[in-house]
Amino acid sequence: MGSEMKTQTATRTADARNPMVPLEFEVGRVSRETHDTFTLFLNPVNGLERFTFQPGQFNMIYIYGVGEVPISISGNPHKPEVLVHTTRAVGTVTRAMQQLKRGDRVGIRGPFGAAWPVDVAEGRDVVFVAGGIGLAPLRPAIYHVLANRNRFGRIVLLYGARTPEDILYRKELEKWRARFDLEVHVTVDRATLDWRGNVGVVTKLIPKAPFDPYHCVSFICGPEIMMRFTVIELTKRGVPEDQVYISMERNMKCGIGLCGHCQYGPKFICKDGPVFRYDVIRDWFKVREL
Amino acid sequence: MDSLDRILAEHPFFAGMKPEMLAFIAGCASNVRFEAGEYIFREGEPAEKFYVIRYGHVALEMHRPEKGPIIIETISSGEVLGWSWLVSPFVWHFDARAIDNTRAIAIDGQCLRQKCEEDHDLGYEIYKRIAMLMESRLQSTRLQLMDVYGQ
Amino acid sequence: MAEKKKPAGTTFRMDVQQLDRLIRLLQEKGYETHGPVARDGVIMYDRIAGTGDLPSGYVDEQDRGRYRLLKTDSDALFGFVVGLHAWKKYLFPPELKLWQAERNGHGFVSNGDVPTPRNLALIGVRSCELHAIAIQDRIFTGGDYIDPFYAAQRKKLFLVAVNCSAPGKNCFCASMGTGPQATSGFDVCLTEIVEDAGHYFVVQAGSRKGQKMLEDLQLPEAAESEQKAAIACLENAVRKFRKVLDTEGLQRKIYERFEHPHWEEVAKRCLACGNCTMVCPTCFCTTVEDVTDLSGNVAQRIRKWDSCFNLEHSYIHGGSVRESTASRYRQWLTHKFATWVDQFGTMGCVGCGRCITWCPVGIDVTQEIKKLTKEQERVKTVTPVEES
Repeated sequence: MGSEMKTQTATRTADARNPMVPLEFEVGRVSRETHDTFTLFLNPVNGLERFTFQPGQFNMIYIYGVGEVPISISGNPHKPEVLVHTTRAVGTVTRAMQQLKRGDRVGIRGPFGAAWPVDVAEGRDVVFVAGGIGLAPLRPAIYHVLANRNRFGRIVLLYGARTPEDILYRKELEKWRARFDLEVHVTVDRATLDWRGNVGVVTKLIPKAPFDPYHCVSFICGPEIMMRFTVIELTKRGVPEDQVYISMERNMKCGIGLCGHCQYGPKFICKDGPVFRYDVIRDWFKVREL
Repeated sequence: MDSLDRILAEHPFFAGMKPEMLAFIAGCASNVRFEAGEYIFREGEPAEKFYVIRYGHVALEMHRPEKGPIIIETISSGEVLGWSWLVSPFVWHFDARAIDNTRAIAIDGQCLRQKCEEDHDLGYEIYKRIAMLMESRLQSTRLQLMDVYGQ
Repeated sequence: MAEKKKPAGTTFRMDVQQLDRLIRLLQEKGYETHGPVARDGVIMYDRIAGTGDLPSGYVDEQDRGRYRLLKTDSDALFGFVVGLHAWKKYLFPPELKLWQAERNGHGFVSNGDVPTPRNLALIGVRSCELHAIAIQDRIFTGGDYIDPFYAAQRKKLFLVAVNCSAPGKNCFCASMGTGPQATSGFDVCLTEIVEDAGHYFVVQAGSRKGQKMLEDLQLPEAAESEQKAAIACLENAVRKFRKVLDTEGLQRKIYERFEHPHWEEVAKRCLACGNCTMVCPTCFCTTVEDVTDLSGNVAQRIRKWDSCFNLEHSYIHGGSVRESTASRYRQWLTHKFATWVDQFGTMGCVGCGRCITWCPVGIDVTQEIKKLTKEQERVKTVTPVEES
């Protein structure tokens, strides 16, 4: 028995009356992932029991009096009772988020954006390629695929991190790696001698990964340069560009297509994206300073 | 046991090479194995051999003063270890350590260099492949250098 | 005896006193009346009490980076074209409080009530400006998410349009298909006629609301000669355009020139000051500011106008994507004339010429487009693929 998951753009659990007003959520716990990355586990309050979303969507997270940032949802879409967000502390708002304690309240607006089209991948091999924090927005799609395992072909997860200490969700990766119906290959950009795994760029993992390039779908998430080179390696192996999906990022102030900041050529990353089929934005990807 | 030129023919580095050339190269080659943890060569040592990895994983390490050694790359089956045997001053620029039990073909570097001098067609085939290897390694290194997952 | 109702489309005649009565009638019906006023050397939009507040006799001289307001002996009330302000400040205010939150214990309570809109009568809206309002209607009320303040305020507008008798030097609405004649989107439309024989307005209603207002004024029908004068005035206006922009295949041409060397050329002059985006009647970028009072107990989110020319506009991960002035100018121009079409179905420019007038270094967007699209300079193709 699998779970039904329709892929559609932005489900409207944001307050349709005034989509700029956040909904309160309570911090359950904050767990430290790496030296600068942490995960918030949020519980719905005020009568709301769950937060449903599609894998790949994001929320605008508001910290009282500090500000708001767009963060991808990184929890399990089949367990919507807890809202999970993994993020890096890089600016004022995310650093304030890192200081949250159990019982604190945050404001949530969302879910926004186009999702990873997991239904397109049914019946095919699925190749997840993640770089750094990029594993966080992919994780909901991985959960979905594993929860409906018999609907997909071979599943491969290729993950590149900076160093072994920066590997995200390490215990979960090890658990997945132990499964027989999933291939997990991890590499780091550099390591000390006690690391017995791969060292090198994540693109190096592609030529040998076990999947059929002519019958697969690939979901890529990570820094733009990493995604660019990953697409090159996948297409070298024969994966058509319309079977590759990437997740883009830009400055956002509203998340609902009205502030104008997240424009990428003719696309609004907040509503036409963040997930894009590669061939649709291929030419824009090459334009500098877009 | 497979003959060396058949093993070489199946290795991606030598893909597309004529059987006569492979037999030529096989004349300089031998099977080698390394135990887990064993150093294949060290930085500064003369680069005498050209290693073609068949099974196993090899870590390329560099030593930083006060900071200790780091692994800059791992290579595995189907890949080749180093080209310093072909390029003057024929000295290794990093350490290579077998991470697990590794089997490889070791080709005598000086022997192969000599053969390339005598037979320029062979030389061209070897240099073509080494050039592609260098390009790919340079691209990867640049990506690692850009520290794309960093701040 | 009650006057028989005039059929829709009837052209009326109105003199200046009757226009003043129209303005006061609107006030009686609860509208705040706003229109053009001459102040600080410019025509700007502000509250007016009657025709006495309108800039009688004023004409404007506009050129690249130049604006002069001159008083003449003419009696014309609308003898100028577009001023400094765009009407967008009424529907899309420069600053708007989105919500307020009060801290209580660990949490906070938000009050997201939309600020109460006012009944606004805008007097003297030009055709280009009507098109600009329609363009912003699509942005703020036509998508999956709407701006509730814009939507609420939009319902409470009464628009009195005025046809331009002569284009300004920077005007190119005819090229953009947005003027000079107002054809829709208004409640009442005026064409001002100033001749030796008299000073009057030929008036038409554009909506039931407008029709009712004109009936309440009990205006006479316009004579045939008066209607002819209005038509002649408009035909005359069309002939006087000095600025022309060829929009044929323009979106495609721009898409082909994203990496064109001309962007660097413009960047040598552009200051990235953002004036163009502030005066443009369709620009809609905003930013938000989260503020608290000194006690920290009350937080507010304020929405403010923003500009793609600001460096922070494209800031992510410790740097701005559009770092160079060239990339920012390109963003503005390509959005206005190319990507806007894919986003909203029309171009974003209405040809009002404000950006040309108010650019401190006099950059003329029509000239820049001409230089950009000279045939022999074509570079790469950027063609968006339609998702099937």
